[in-house]
Amino acid sequence: MSKVNEEMIVPEGWGFVDTVDRRDFLKLTSSGLLVIFALTPPKGALRPVWNPAGIQRPSPDFNAFVHIGATGRVTVLVGKVEMGQGVMTSLPQLAAEELHVSLASVDVVLGDTDLCPFDMGTFGSLSVRTLGPVLRAAAAEARAVLVQMAAEKLGVAAADLEVKDGVITSQADRSKHVTYGELTEGKRIERRIEGKAALEAVANFKIVGTSPPRRDAIDKVTGRAKYAGDIVPPGALHARIVRAPAHGVQLTSVDTKAAEAVPGVRVVRDGDLVAVLHEHRDEADRALALVKTAFGPAPSTLDERTIFAHLEKSAPEGRAVAEGGNVANGEKSAVQVVEQKYLKGYVAHAPMETHSAVAAMGSDGRVTVWASTQTPFPLQTQVARALKLPTEKVRIITPYVGGGFGGKSASQQAIEAARLAVAAGKPVRVVWDRTEEFFFDTFDPAAVITIRAGLDSAKKIVSWSYEVIGAGERGSQQFYDVANHRTVVRGGWNANQNGMHPFGIGPWRAPGANANTFAREVHIDMLAQKAGMDPVSFRQLNLTKNARMQRVLKAAADKFGWQPTVAPSKRGFGVSLGDDAGTVVATIAQVRVDPATGAVQVLRVVCAQDMGVVVNPAGAMQQLEGCITMGLGYSLAEEVRFKDGVVLDKNFPTYHLPRFSWVPKIEGVLLNSPDLPAQGGGEPAIVTVGAAIANAVYDAIGARVTQLPLTPARVKAAMT
Amino acid sequence: MRSISVTVNGVPHQLAVEESRRLLWVLRDDLGLTGTKFGCGVSACGSCTVIVDGRAVHSCVTTMKSVDGKHVTTIEGLATGDHLSPVQQGFVDHLGFQCGYCTPGMIMGGTALLANNPKPTRDEIVKGMEGHLCRCGAHAGIIDAIAAASHAPTTGGGK
Repeated sequence: MSKVNEEMIVPEGWGFVDTVDRRDFLKLTSSGLLVIFALTPPKGALRPVWNPAGIQRPSPDFNAFVHIGATGRVTVLVGKVEMGQGVMTSLPQLAAEELHVSLASVDVVLGDTDLCPFDMGTFGSLSVRTLGPVLRAAAAEARAVLVQMAAEKLGVAAADLEVKDGVITSQADRSKHVTYGELTEGKRIERRIEGKAALEAVANFKIVGTSPPRRDAIDKVTGRAKYAGDIVPPGALHARIVRAPAHGVQLTSVDTKAAEAVPGVRVVRDGDLVAVLHEHRDEADRALALVKTAFGPAPSTLDERTIFAHLEKSAPEGRAVAEGGNVANGEKSAVQVVEQKYLKGYVAHAPMETHSAVAAMGSDGRVTVWASTQTPFPLQTQVARALKLPTEKVRIITPYVGGGFGGKSASQQAIEAARLAVAAGKPVRVVWDRTEEFFFDTFDPAAVITIRAGLDSAKKIVSWSYEVIGAGERGSQQFYDVANHRTVVRGGWNANQNGMHPFGIGPWRAPGANANTFAREVHIDMLAQKAGMDPVSFRQLNLTKNARMQRVLKAAADKFGWQPTVAPSKRGFGVSLGDDAGTVVATIAQVRVDPATGAVQVLRVVCAQDMGVVVNPAGAMQQLEGCITMGLGYSLAEEVRFKDGVVLDKNFPTYHLPRFSWVPKIEGVLLNSPDLPAQGGGEPAIVTVGAAIANAVYDAIGARVTQLPLTPARVKAAMT
Repeated sequence: MRSISVTVNGVPHQLAVEESRRLLWVLRDDLGLTGTKFGCGVSACGSCTVIVDGRAVHSCVTTMKSVDGKHVTTIEGLATGDHLSPVQQGFVDHLGFQCGYCTPGMIMGGTALLANNPKPTRDEIVKGMEGHLCRCGAHAGIIDAIAAASHAPTTGGGK
């Protein structure tokens, strides 16, 4: 390992960057100023982090490299990936702001394990929220270093210098100036920092808070954008893998004779992995169809109806995640008690790009995998283990990712591609077909939530008992003025405990929070109904200690033109509140229900959110709209059907994603909140959609649906 | 195996391929035109939409036999140099994409829609695009993009 690599080992316990062969990185940074930011995490940040690779490492999102080259060009290197959420645009905005350079002079390198510092993955609405401050600090440090260098070079005091567009000028003598490029040319300067440089004040922001054109726009509208399946190393072959028809069954025989007779086909085996390879995908498909297989019996007899009783029976012991006062005592002062069980089925991620990867072994024995993944660094370790190679022999490159939503935190396809490439001695492309995508998806888990809450004569909530099975902790804690409360979590999306689930589960956009917010906010509406109060006024009455939530609720109600009326008012209006990824959200939906069929059409959605400083308003609004639109799916239609380990929904003709005709008029409100650092934007709004719609359905027709999704049949059943 | 003659983005090709092969994979694997995307393989998502003789088709279920002697336009064939087609420009201006994976199919579908109905109403755009899936939820921007293109001086017609 070179000397520079050793120097790059960051503060103790943070040796993320010390094990990688960084030839390209060193080439890029062989001169110029490199600022390495690897912050000692703030207190409390060392909480356990869900970790697909099972590696025990601290909270991940504190690493960034900022490099300023001899031409003055800035390169930001971070381990995040661009999957549509816009970090390719928003992260350079943060760096340009602190460096006082034009946005156009900032390049960004994402998701490459050779070039970028360690990053746990792109999930949890963390990119701007936790990496943003780090990147700003690194850029601010770079500016401080350059100003100091300029002061020495120009023979003036640093305080006399100002920076604009990468040019440092003496305010006393404007003939004295020097560019960033001139300062760094021919030098190799490296700084490692812990966030001491002063950050730009929010009031001075010129680039943050604006909506420059998305950097991926031209690539994406011209077809030039490369996704993992579009990378074709010379000689690459498509692999189609022999699959079992059901989860948990064993392959007992495979006959590939007929497939091998197809011209150009090769059959490759690596242990349990059997694949047909061909240069052309459709010919590989044809050959795969000729493979004869036999399998053992399926161990599971569950289906989408029997799963709920199974979850209740198999879930692990409860863990109290929030508790205050005494629920039993609280209930003694209640004049009304409402108890209800809420159900939600499994939901697929269904990104338009199926899991894809291309793997190639170089003549130096290093394996490069281009993968559609949200977790390039954990994947690097997983591939290395599967190939029995040292980690530094594996490089993961993440091109554009065609949608993730949590589902590409698991990247089995990349391990398959790597194993097959080594076995075949050729580059191998693995692009799952849609049936594989539905089969191997790590679904949003089914959930059973039971809530029991009491109201006193003043219409205040005096007791709140909450148990969630399956969904997990996120979003489970209520935020109303309830002195006596207890929230218990049994199992979650991050582990299939006790064989609760007959297939893979995992994080799905705001994992757990969609189910939890649905249950809580429908229950709040039922309490409002018992209190004989309008749903907005009832929430306001019970939110006196939560000013942030009050503010977004008022913003949404004002924008919507909410007139207090006790439900069901026949207007079809429903409200829901959410608190996710540091952002608070209030959503009001208007629906129309067809009484003959039970079909629900969402007509209008107003969504107000307080997400702190808004880095890119257009991007934030796009995420908000995306959340509302995607949320229509889990609210109205999406529910994976299965039986005996077979996933019955195998493609889009039976599993319904939101379509153009479903999309309501969406009105987003982003509250001005300059005193709060930027919070999450990719997930918060989606958590409120289910309850806003369910409450609107109740308001429209007086039918209370307590199971997601609100299919026409369920709405119809609730009407009678 | 036989020779199929097909013009792709104005370039004539003589391809020695099985007639039953799918246009999607011949475009991607034989011609290197990876802008056209695989999404479902069963004509149910619109990601693989291309224009054949002025009509939007799902290339994942289109055989090579059926395009013999025809003109195919893919996403790579819309822009002229750096000059985007009106529909492409609409997608840039109105943020009609997030992850971008469905985008080539959406743009081809929108282009064919405008070629057949140059001034569609909003409802006609919704109806015309109903077969296209987008998981990111960029629908509102996509409708705005196509509407904006319909008002552009020259509409992008699939050739």
